[in-house]
Amino acid sequence: MQYLLLIYEEENRFASLPKAELNAELAEYRAFGAEYSKAILGGNALKPTRTATTLRVRNGKRLTTDGPFAETKETLGGFYLVEADDLDRALAIAAKIPGARFGSIEVRPIETFS
Amino acid sequence: MIGTLDPAGLARLCRAEWGRLLSVLIRDFGDFDLAEEVLQNAFASALVEWTAGLPASPRGWLYSTARHDAIDQLRRRARFVEKQAALADLIGEETPSAEEILEEERSVPDERLRLIFTCCHPALAADAQVALTLRTLCGLTTEEIARAFLVPTTTMAQRLVRAKAKIRGAAIPYRVPSAEELPERLAEVMEVLYLVYNEGHSASQGGALVRGDLCAEAIRLTRQLRALLAQPVPELDALLGLMLLGDARRAARVDCSGELVLLADQDRSRWNRAQIDEGMVLVQAALRGGPAGPYALEAAIAAVHMEASGVDDTDWRQIVGLYDRLLVLHPSPVVALNRAVAVAMAEGPEAALPLVDELETELSDYHLWHAARADLMRRLERRADAVASYRHAHARAQNDVERRFLERRLAELLSAKGK
Repeated sequence: MQYLLLIYEEENRFASLPKAELNAELAEYRAFGAEYSKAILGGNALKPTRTATTLRVRNGKRLTTDGPFAETKETLGGFYLVEADDLDRALAIAAKIPGARFGSIEVRPIETFS
Repeated sequence: MIGTLDPAGLARLCRAEWGRLLSVLIRDFGDFDLAEEVLQNAFASALVEWTAGLPASPRGWLYSTARHDAIDQLRRRARFVEKQAALADLIGEETPSAEEILEEERSVPDERLRLIFTCCHPALAADAQVALTLRTLCGLTTEEIARAFLVPTTTMAQRLVRAKAKIRGAAIPYRVPSAEELPERLAEVMEVLYLVYNEGHSASQGGALVRGDLCAEAIRLTRQLRALLAQPVPELDALLGLMLLGDARRAARVDCSGELVLLADQDRSRWNRAQIDEGMVLVQAALRGGPAGPYALEAAIAAVHMEASGVDDTDWRQIVGLYDRLLVLHPSPVVALNRAVAVAMAEGPEAALPLVDELETELSDYHLWHAARADLMRRLERRADAVASYRHAHARAQNDVERRFLERRLAELLSAKGK
């Protein structure tokens, strides 16, 4: 079974982090990636929401707005796609993501259509 | 064939065997809905087939009937989906003989421990955990659970459907947690059991103060959980003790016309002595088993009440001390309020009033905060303040028995006005 682990965090915290702490946290992410390399199928960090663009098509017309889909205090800052036997295993991996200590991880099973 | 069984007897058997049989069928087929359906069918067939007499092993008969039904249904599904190979090992069986059914009886394993951890999984909403636990482990019908929680049957049915869909969709496992996860997961299971018990012990809404059926189910489940765990868990002993001690007072908590009787006015001879004795032994064992956890402290508080012959010879200072320790482990405004009430008994209402008042922002919507404040005001003879607080409490109380109690207190104060 595959799960998408969505990392929601206050992006201001990240932006205001001193260089040394930022490097320490990135090292933690690398260590996490190495520890769960078998389970992790993919993942990335995202640039800040000020770079986001939201688009809808209504009646064939494109509506483009600046910013993320929803303005929230905690925003989607990155994700991992993991393979896990069940929800407990996925939650155990999610709990080890460094961001879980500061923000929230949403765990979503991947839909399969047969 | 030995003896016969009337529909009432079958209903009792259903309640007694439901959880255990369901737990094995879920293990066998990995499908909550299929397991539930075939078990229901098996009980329905029993009602017809057992009129002539009981099979040698009712449990074995029910299990193998349900199992064959499930295999049959899967076989029919497999005709459309090509899963024949996966089913081959299940399908090879013939209708079992009486000896085989007896053998089946001995081999029906008990998978309720897995079931309880799945039903009380923290990824399910708290109300769904409670509903699913009562449906699958206790065998309560959806209508019965809906009635117990005063929600429409359709709401409860949807809640159960959603919970089962999440178990399937998110792959919530059917497994006893590993030793390292166990303490945390067990704490979550105990929370669900305590929630069921508390809703029974002081119903938040509705016409009755106590719903004994929910208390009985919570006690039954907690006993089961204790029996199923290989290791003794002091907090679980404490939880069972706490439930038994609280439930022992059931008969005395309302009078013959169903009105609320405060602890101070309860006829203690109507407390259930046998249940108190059993509870006391458990609480003492839990307290000896190591540093006291939150349930052990709550149970110890209940035990202090049980040891007294009335409120006047209750050791309120010890109760305050136990609440102090509970606040350290489990800081909560409701615990702080209970502590303040004990302080009022130990040192008088003046000492308790500032403790109650400092909880106002957190508890201003809680009817018992207003009721506790009203009682202090009444004892301090600040009648206008007492009346105002009783009115606030009354406006927020949703249980009819509690509301009538508050109305009586209010009427007493208002009629005493002239004096």
